[in-house]
Amino acid sequence: MSAEAVVAADLTERNRRANAIAFGVMVALIAIAPFVAYPFFIMQALCFALFACAFNLLIGYVGLLSFGHAMFLGLASYVCAHAAKVWGLEPVSAIALGVLASGVLGLVTGALAIRSSGIYFAMITVAFSQMVYFFCVEAPFTHGEDGIQAVPQGRAFGLFDLSNPWILYIFVAVVFLFGFLLIQRIINSPFGEILKAIRENEPRVVSLGYRSMQYKLAAFTLSAALAGLAGATKAIVAQNASLTDVSFAMSGEVVLMTLVGGMGTFYGPVVGALIVVSMQNYLAQFGEWVTVIQGVVFVACVLAFRRGIVGELAARAKISL
Amino acid sequence: MNVFGHVISWPQLYGQLLIGLINGSFYALLSLGLAVIFGMLTIVNFAHGAFYMMGAFGAYFLLQLAGLNYWWALILSPIIIGAVGAVVERLFLKRLTGFDPLYSLLLTFGLALVIQGLFQNYFGASGMPYAIPKQLGGTYNLGFMFLPVYRGWVIVASMVVCFGTWLVIEKTKLGAYLRAGTENPTMVRAFGINVPRMVTLTYAFGVALAAFAGVLAAPINQVRPGMGADIIAVVFAVVVIGGMGSILGSILTGFVLGVVEGLTKVFYPEASNTVVFVIMAIVLLIRPAGLFGRAA
Repeated sequence: MSAEAVVAADLTERNRRANAIAFGVMVALIAIAPFVAYPFFIMQALCFALFACAFNLLIGYVGLLSFGHAMFLGLASYVCAHAAKVWGLEPVSAIALGVLASGVLGLVTGALAIRSSGIYFAMITVAFSQMVYFFCVEAPFTHGEDGIQAVPQGRAFGLFDLSNPWILYIFVAVVFLFGFLLIQRIINSPFGEILKAIRENEPRVVSLGYRSMQYKLAAFTLSAALAGLAGATKAIVAQNASLTDVSFAMSGEVVLMTLVGGMGTFYGPVVGALIVVSMQNYLAQFGEWVTVIQGVVFVACVLAFRRGIVGELAARAKISL
Repeated sequence: MNVFGHVISWPQLYGQLLIGLINGSFYALLSLGLAVIFGMLTIVNFAHGAFYMMGAFGAYFLLQLAGLNYWWALILSPIIIGAVGAVVERLFLKRLTGFDPLYSLLLTFGLALVIQGLFQNYFGASGMPYAIPKQLGGTYNLGFMFLPVYRGWVIVASMVVCFGTWLVIEKTKLGAYLRAGTENPTMVRAFGINVPRMVTLTYAFGVALAAFAGVLAAPINQVRPGMGADIIAVVFAVVVIGGMGSILGSILTGFVLGVVEGLTKVFYPEASNTVVFVIMAIVLLIRPAGLFGRAA
């Protein structure tokens, strides 16, 4: 082996070890969290963390900034809530339906949006999410301003009673870890390598004979479906679905979570989501100041802290997390 | 008239057409400002809605604190808000030249959050009335309908400003500098033109256009902190439909889509909020670069 190859192998080994430790720490924290913090809060944070990870799949690894990701979170949340409450579906099937709905929405809007990139792509996704927002305001099944309330939690697979807070917590943790590992698997697969190559230099990927459009569309659809998984799970946890989850503000929040934590890192969106959700929770009494603070954090991150927390830590330790 | 099961009266049709033209005036002014800024800085100004709202508040404060009437506000508010824009460009956006334009987008989005949050803190979500100037009160009989004079004024004023801007950019020497600066800033600089100052002034001008729209809107819609956030997504759709960077395209698309939205309110009210976005999807399918845009 040449010296460089040894260094590279050593680096991969370091990365693998660092990631194994980070994953272990995360699982341990999820296991301890309900004993030290309010479990409902942690469950919500986990849903948002999954949402941010799904969003990060696009911005972090394909370089596409979607400014309308709330449409996938919100639509899945409504579909899941409706399926569970009105059709009386068991929760896992209701969640699956929500994921399916968001996936299809992702496929359709993605097919139109990925023809553009950069700021154009961002504006198109804003417009589509606004369309979905108004659809949710008008459609009868969403109950407009009231939203869908009192969604039954039911029994997952007919066995596990999710109205028991402990079982619900385990259920949400499993869903989150499933989504998180799936995203990690996608990124580390040959498919993920092509996505990263598109981010770095799309014309070159095309010149090598790859159909970059199909890769981008697949990534967009996957990201939409995973955002849907977060939204549908959130509907079961919070037992409601409301317009907040499809709003433009929510699309902005997920961008903030990912930016604060670190775009293009596995753990960044999780850390960012925890910070943003805590900020909302603990600063709630300050009303609109939360928006102002979020704006300031946005500006500060963009000007001085573009790598985000995890990105900065990883860069200092010369590993990728 | 009976269309799609809705009974439609002519006055209602004219009324919605008028509202459509008014909204179109705002869309045109706002998307024009976005297009001007995009042309020079190649960024999307997500704070555009916030500046539009600040323009309306500018008019309100000029009246309440300085006793300056509508006509003063029409000139002063865009100048003041434009100056704020210039400061924003110098302080923040300038630092991001050379980085991915997505960072400037995120920055302007953050600024919009700060501005909107601050205004919402002090003024709540509800609106404050702003009186129509007395010279423009009353209505004018067009024969087939009564036109409130102020509404007619908004349409005319916005058209004049839009086409004036277009003339300046396309037909004057200053406009030629601007267009040249967009194509090749280094070369323009070599000719001894201060490009960074031109960039700052362009941003300030785009922002001033938004503030001008805000002052025009103040007497029609109330002065509300959320007024910018409500309109910005539609304006983005207008820009996408018209094609980014096309000055005339953004003006025409703005007016036309305002009218289309107004007509939808008559014939199929349920879709009036979504029609612009549906049109956007269709346009993207047929012409991804927009109706007036050049392919990237």
